[in-house]
Amino acid sequence: MSLLPGDSTPTSLDSGKSENAIELKATEGLSQGQIVRRRFVRHRAAMAALGVLLFIVVMAVTSIGWGPLPGWWKWDYTSTHPVALPGGRPTLDIGFWHLSFGDHPFGQDILGHDMFAMTMRGVQQSLTVMVLIGLIAALVGIVIGALAGFFPGKVDTVAMRFTDMFIAVPALVIGAVLGKWVNGASAVTLGVALGLVQWMSMGRLVRAEFLTLREREFVDAARVAGASSSRIIVKHILPNAIGVVIVNTTLLMSLAILLETSLSYLGFGIVYPDISLGNLISEYQTSFAERPWLFWWPGVFIVAIALAVNFVGDGLRDAFDPRQRRIPSARAMARAARRTLAAGSPGTRRLAGLRPKGEKDGAQPEATQ
Amino acid sequence: MLLGATFIVYMAVAFAADPLAALRTSTSPTRVQQMERITDLLSLDLPPVVRYFKWLGGAAGYLWGNGTLGMSVVNSQAVSAILGAAVPTTVKLVALSVLMAIVLGVVVGIATALRQYSAFDYLTTFVTFLFYSLPVFWVAVLLKEFGAIKFNDFLADPHIGLPTILAAACCVALIGTLVTGGRWRIRAFVGGIAFAATMAVLLYIDQTGWLLRPGLGIIGIAITGTCFAVAMVAISPGLGNRRGLGAGLTAVALGLAVYFPVQFALVRPTWLTIALLALTAVAAGIAIGWGWGGDDRRSGIRTGIVVALGMGALTFVDRVMQAWPAYVASPRVGGRPIGTIGAVTPSLGGNFWFATTDVVTHLVLPTTALVLISFASYTRYTRSSMLEVMNADYIRTARAKGLTERVVVVRHAFRNALIPLATVIPIDVAAVFGGAVLTERIFSWRGMGTMFLEALRAGDPGTVMGYFLVTAMLAIGANILADLVYAWLDPRIRVTS
Repeated sequence: MSLLPGDSTPTSLDSGKSENAIELKATEGLSQGQIVRRRFVRHRAAMAALGVLLFIVVMAVTSIGWGPLPGWWKWDYTSTHPVALPGGRPTLDIGFWHLSFGDHPFGQDILGHDMFAMTMRGVQQSLTVMVLIGLIAALVGIVIGALAGFFPGKVDTVAMRFTDMFIAVPALVIGAVLGKWVNGASAVTLGVALGLVQWMSMGRLVRAEFLTLREREFVDAARVAGASSSRIIVKHILPNAIGVVIVNTTLLMSLAILLETSLSYLGFGIVYPDISLGNLISEYQTSFAERPWLFWWPGVFIVAIALAVNFVGDGLRDAFDPRQRRIPSARAMARAARRTLAAGSPGTRRLAGLRPKGEKDGAQPEATQ
Repeated sequence: MLLGATFIVYMAVAFAADPLAALRTSTSPTRVQQMERITDLLSLDLPPVVRYFKWLGGAAGYLWGNGTLGMSVVNSQAVSAILGAAVPTTVKLVALSVLMAIVLGVVVGIATALRQYSAFDYLTTFVTFLFYSLPVFWVAVLLKEFGAIKFNDFLADPHIGLPTILAAACCVALIGTLVTGGRWRIRAFVGGIAFAATMAVLLYIDQTGWLLRPGLGIIGIAITGTCFAVAMVAISPGLGNRRGLGAGLTAVALGLAVYFPVQFALVRPTWLTIALLALTAVAAGIAIGWGWGGDDRRSGIRTGIVVALGMGALTFVDRVMQAWPAYVASPRVGGRPIGTIGAVTPSLGGNFWFATTDVVTHLVLPTTALVLISFASYTRYTRSSMLEVMNADYIRTARAKGLTERVVVVRHAFRNALIPLATVIPIDVAAVFGGAVLTERIFSWRGMGTMFLEALRAGDPGTVMGYFLVTAMLAIGANILADLVYAWLDPRIRVTS
């Protein structure tokens, strides 16, 4: 996807495929960042996922407030209330033509806690842990991976052995240590601690990226120009590895939320009286038969968050990776060809006339077997 | 590296949990003596670093044959004995699910790669992402509720009902249509067949009370076996290969012919009998393939073996099903066959077929949970590696020289797509083996995960370290295996010593 000067002129259409032409036309005169952003915005599933994720974040943060800030929801997650419907059934009522929330839309537990407030608190906690794990693991992984990949020999060997050592340590043990240490981890300590032991995949990927980038000409050029090693790492190589880093960070986060909820479920993460989505499920799984809503809502939110993060990560990967670009459908290419024909020079007219039949084979060879 | 990791874990456990915690608050009159016993057993009077080296010395003893992993506090057993009991349970749980996940994942991954950017591809992508995002503990509870409790209720009076049958048939038909791809007439044809077949099977099951006394019978085996043979031949030597097709169908015929005689051998079998029968099947398959001969004898033999083994498996399944009504009615089971707790029904009694049925009913739910979750990642791996291969130049060459699409996909693309997968699988298996903690806990299997969890709670360093040694060595072994497999499959890479 290099933007060579000749590529943006119509004459180059002769040499390229018309799918390339669409791609090049779309990226004419844009920076790498703009191209990535555009591709991401066009990825419908990823955009929808991002919307869902934002909605969940905003709802979780504003509804019951964040820290000292008050929220708009009338109950908090610690107080109990008289049961509104028998058994604490949810008051949320979604009909064909109407929607009413009532006092306790997600229902209440046996003591009268408001499930909506508790779920929102759980979402806050789990999201905090997720983001912290992602960021810290990314940071540590980048530093170690960059050092290992840039300085071959001793540094590389030591860093990689160090990585191997951490891969073997089970996360459960870390959770247990934390639980003992701070007497029940808060979201922040848990996130930091788990982040410090989840960076290994990131470290390996960054190292691999650095190993290839290190050999490229622009690094030699920078070195000849007198740049220091740290400057080459930060200013020259790292920006080129940013795609791998961002994509892997999102995937790390989707794993992180599952890790956090699993630990909390087992009682080694966030523990009672604090709330996380994992320990809500652990607490209420026995009442599944009588009060299924206590069990459904936290699970639904875990799945929704993990799914949304996964889709965003997928969209980012497609956006950053030129090889995985979406081949336009035969119809879209025919339309583009017509458009160039209308604008057309003789060269492009010949091209457009020839294309549609050949394209079908090129675009979807699998469908015509 | 392993030494460093063991040191970290040992320190962590020593720091995290107090093996005396329960006793400190107890009011038992022998409290002091018990505390002294445990202190003595674990040498708690020494600092953790010294204890670590003591433990390391014991473990290193295995190098010259008289090692020890210490004693467990929880139940005063040697750690090696506990491990010996836990490992087989976990292997039983994990082996089947890993196998199923790989097969399913590879098949679905290839199907989606061949239909890239189709509705089927998008649907599968969504579903795999969904499975990938499922927390296993949540799924497991749902499975227990709907797979066990509700299904057992349903089994008491198994009537499916016409709307459900229609809906299921429509779903199968839709999936069939989507998978087929290509022209709409072919798609509609496939969809119609799938609809009719599903309707017929479900109506038969509903009307005859098949779920109460299941069984394939010789007719069922004949139909399934023939379908299986044709499918296998279609994939491997191709239906155009008369000898291959002949070998497959002969194997089916032979399997049917020995169906009744084999029943006598299966009255009171042991696993040894089963293994011997399987070997016989393989030998028969080789003989059949050899007999059909031709210039491509090897593919005939391969088909013969696969189909003969398939027929054997069908006969085995049929025999297990025959034991079903008696199993369900037995007092320990009490009409609720799908188990949610433990690996076996305690003190069930009965013969080989009872025990086998019991294992199967207890495996169903945990296996489903594990398969659901790991199958997603295999599908993604296979899909991306298959896509990569399908765009390679040698595939274009293969098509250009006029090979059929089947040969291109099976011989050229599939084999090369397996290379990256083969390096992922060992590492993944090792991870699943150590990571089945949640599944084991929820379904109350007393395997490695449960052992680890309990030991961690009780602050039992010996057992935790035992678990850790096994998983860490598995992980290292898997990494080495992955490298070797890669070097073996890909001649461009050589392991240099």
